[in-house]
Amino acid sequence: MEIIKTDVAIIGAGGAGLRAAIAVAESDPGLKVALISKVYPMRSHTVAAEGGAAGVKKPTDSLEYHFHDTVGGGDWLCEQDVVEYFVSQAPVELTQLEHWGCPWSRTEDGHVNVRAFGGMKIERTWFAADKSGFHILHTLFQTSIKYPSIRRFDEHFCVDLVEEDGRCLGVVVIETSTGEFSLIEAKSVIIATGGAGRVFRESTLGGIVTGDGMALAYRHGVALRDMEFVQYHPTCMPVTGLLFTEACRGEGGYLVNKDGYRYLQDYGLGPLQEKPKNKYMELGPRDRLSQAFFFEKQQGRTIEHPTLGSVVHLDLRHLGEAYLHERLPLIYEMAETFMGIDPAKQPIPVRPGVHYTMGGIKVDGRCATSLQGLYAIGECASVGLHGANRLGSNSLTELLVFGKVAGVEAAGNAKSSAPGNSSNLLEQAKAVEQRATELKTKTDGTEKIAVIRKEMAQTMEEGCGIYRVEKTMQATCDKLAELRERFKRINIDDKSSVFNTEWLTAIELDNQLDVALSMAHSAINRKESRGAHQRLDGYEKRDDVNFLKHSEAYYVAGGVPRIALGDVKITKSQPAERVYGAAGEKADQERKESHD
Amino acid sequence: MTENLKIIEIEVLRYNPESDQEPHLEVYSVPFSDDMSVLQGVQYIKDNFDGSLTFRWSCRMAICGSCGMMINGIPKLSCETFLRDYYPDRIRVEAMAHFPIEKDLVVDLSGFIEKLESIQPYIIPKEPRSLDQGEYIQSPKQFNDYIQFTSCINCTLCYAACPQFGLNPDFIGPGAIALLHRYNMDSRDGAAAERMELVASEEGVFNCSAVGYCSEVCPKHVDPANAVNINKTNAAKDYFLRFLSPKGGAK
Repeated sequence: MEIIKTDVAIIGAGGAGLRAAIAVAESDPGLKVALISKVYPMRSHTVAAEGGAAGVKKPTDSLEYHFHDTVGGGDWLCEQDVVEYFVSQAPVELTQLEHWGCPWSRTEDGHVNVRAFGGMKIERTWFAADKSGFHILHTLFQTSIKYPSIRRFDEHFCVDLVEEDGRCLGVVVIETSTGEFSLIEAKSVIIATGGAGRVFRESTLGGIVTGDGMALAYRHGVALRDMEFVQYHPTCMPVTGLLFTEACRGEGGYLVNKDGYRYLQDYGLGPLQEKPKNKYMELGPRDRLSQAFFFEKQQGRTIEHPTLGSVVHLDLRHLGEAYLHERLPLIYEMAETFMGIDPAKQPIPVRPGVHYTMGGIKVDGRCATSLQGLYAIGECASVGLHGANRLGSNSLTELLVFGKVAGVEAAGNAKSSAPGNSSNLLEQAKAVEQRATELKTKTDGTEKIAVIRKEMAQTMEEGCGIYRVEKTMQATCDKLAELRERFKRINIDDKSSVFNTEWLTAIELDNQLDVALSMAHSAINRKESRGAHQRLDGYEKRDDVNFLKHSEAYYVAGGVPRIALGDVKITKSQPAERVYGAAGEKADQERKESHD
Repeated sequence: MTENLKIIEIEVLRYNPESDQEPHLEVYSVPFSDDMSVLQGVQYIKDNFDGSLTFRWSCRMAICGSCGMMINGIPKLSCETFLRDYYPDRIRVEAMAHFPIEKDLVVDLSGFIEKLESIQPYIIPKEPRSLDQGEYIQSPKQFNDYIQFTSCINCTLCYAACPQFGLNPDFIGPGAIALLHRYNMDSRDGAAAERMELVASEEGVFNCSAVGYCSEVCPKHVDPANAVNINKTNAAKDYFLRFLSPKGGAK
């Protein structure tokens, strides 16, 4: 087995991993960085983010407003000190990206423009048309090429971490093109592998979003925090789940039911507004909008499409063809190519789809996990920014702000630590190799990967959807335990070494099952409704007495996850009723007066 | 639902370097509905007929650039190409032309990545600016000068289309030149002269025989042929200006 020695190993080369790599390189060009990705960096799922990245920009805006929007949007489950740091660094990092060449959309006078987004009081979402994630990712990837200390391991799949005396000291990777294993010894390891939404059925996500890094940290004893909070994006393409960005509504799009009625006015988001108004109607937060769809469907007011199923309409027609081409070119193309719809002439059928994992690897405000030397950032991490519901456009900025923090911290740790015992680490790596190889070489398997994956996604949708009840959540927990057993009898047709994607898919499925279990058990344990976790079985209200707490799932080998509750850091925003529309404006006013 | 499905024959070029002397075609009968892409067709084969069928994919929405293939001989993103448009005929799916095949539909992209790295694809500031000075100002004209060339998703379909890249794998090629042009045209950048050496080199723009097929197959309308053309002119101008000024002439 090849052994590579580096200072900082980063798993995942999407927005967060790339930003961290650059931060290490800038903080000390003498430190070696191994940047590992199971795909080429520009394929990472950051690429698919559309709407933009939040950071205070306008003179009428303030860090205070961004803080309150985020904490309220998260239903008070955010770490408030983390949010304070985040909002303060957001404009700095977005400007840094501009200096690196990101083609942010601009105003006529040449400054960076900002657009409205759901749950945000003032326009503060920096955007690059409707391909913001694409441009952020390519800008970071291309900029990273400037730094000779960053050595990339493209198309290398990370199968495990190695540790010694409570310190994480490296990773074991498979080179996809050969199937060969390497041990990459490192003094610091950063996990930046993205979310886990593909454990669900209808999702906006790419096939690579399989929660690998979460599973790695989890099996090494690090808690997965707040995993029950899974974001449904309200406007997705039916069946495929592909995303129609929230910017469609930020730019003025309407959501209407089968009667052509803008139904959100019935769900505490009104009164009706002609023009987009921040935190009203279509610019409410994602959890509320997806929940409204659920009730419209229940009351028979959705449109029943012969092949697409139940949908509502996203109506952009009044914005006009020219404006749509300028502001939402990707959306225009997607509607035409995938649905045969001209959005300037016809409304687009949409429904909610799984979009984002609010929870993740538990880290502190400096991105450190409980395992010394191990850090996590971005969607795979729970730094405490999003609470029970993420506001759209906060997560792209999160990649930058905390990507930098993790890079700086990991660099500092690498400089002050001694390397591990190489022969001990190699022994561990060899055991990892043996275990992973057996998955492929064994010949008595009967279970198909595709079948287990499908059943997992189906049961997650049934038990951990927009609304949840004890009975189906329990059924999901049981089903996942059954699938965990059946996975042991998995069959892999492809026994080859070169580019064996079937084998890697099996390893991903192994990861997905563990992450799914942590979600289902965290969900059934939270006996209240908050943000994206909504129950219909006697726990319809938020319960701050018992559940103003983080869920922490701990891995139990061969058993079900152990769920503990952790404290929430509150600095200056005491939990209050979470209201939008006219009621929200009134509450804002009262809060302001009480401070004056 | 299944009874309404039509059946299409998908012919796939298979190659496993560990067991095959050379690539060969295999045919699969795939049930499909009108909304299914060619990518979903090959996914169906992998999930149901042969788990060893190998291809790259991820986003399914034509932005990650992973899933390029030759579809009936034309380079396309398989996620946004639909089976219904070929039915009832048989459809042939092969690895992208002009690249070495690693396995089945997966090609070796390492050469392309090296080219992309070689063009200095990052801002080398004309006038450095500190973060507290805020963003650079770019007029709508300055913005429009380069924005089209930022849309490249690195799918390499243009390389599979380029006859000259087929003949000379060292040619930097349309995609990387379009990206080079993107940075040259950005008002924040001041390194066009540095990049000129590569533009005018043995591997540079003069390999191009102006067929223009690269722009035709580009799924993002980047128009790399235009970028190559402009740089031919720039390189020629630079060549002559070098006689007049020791500093060269670009930008």
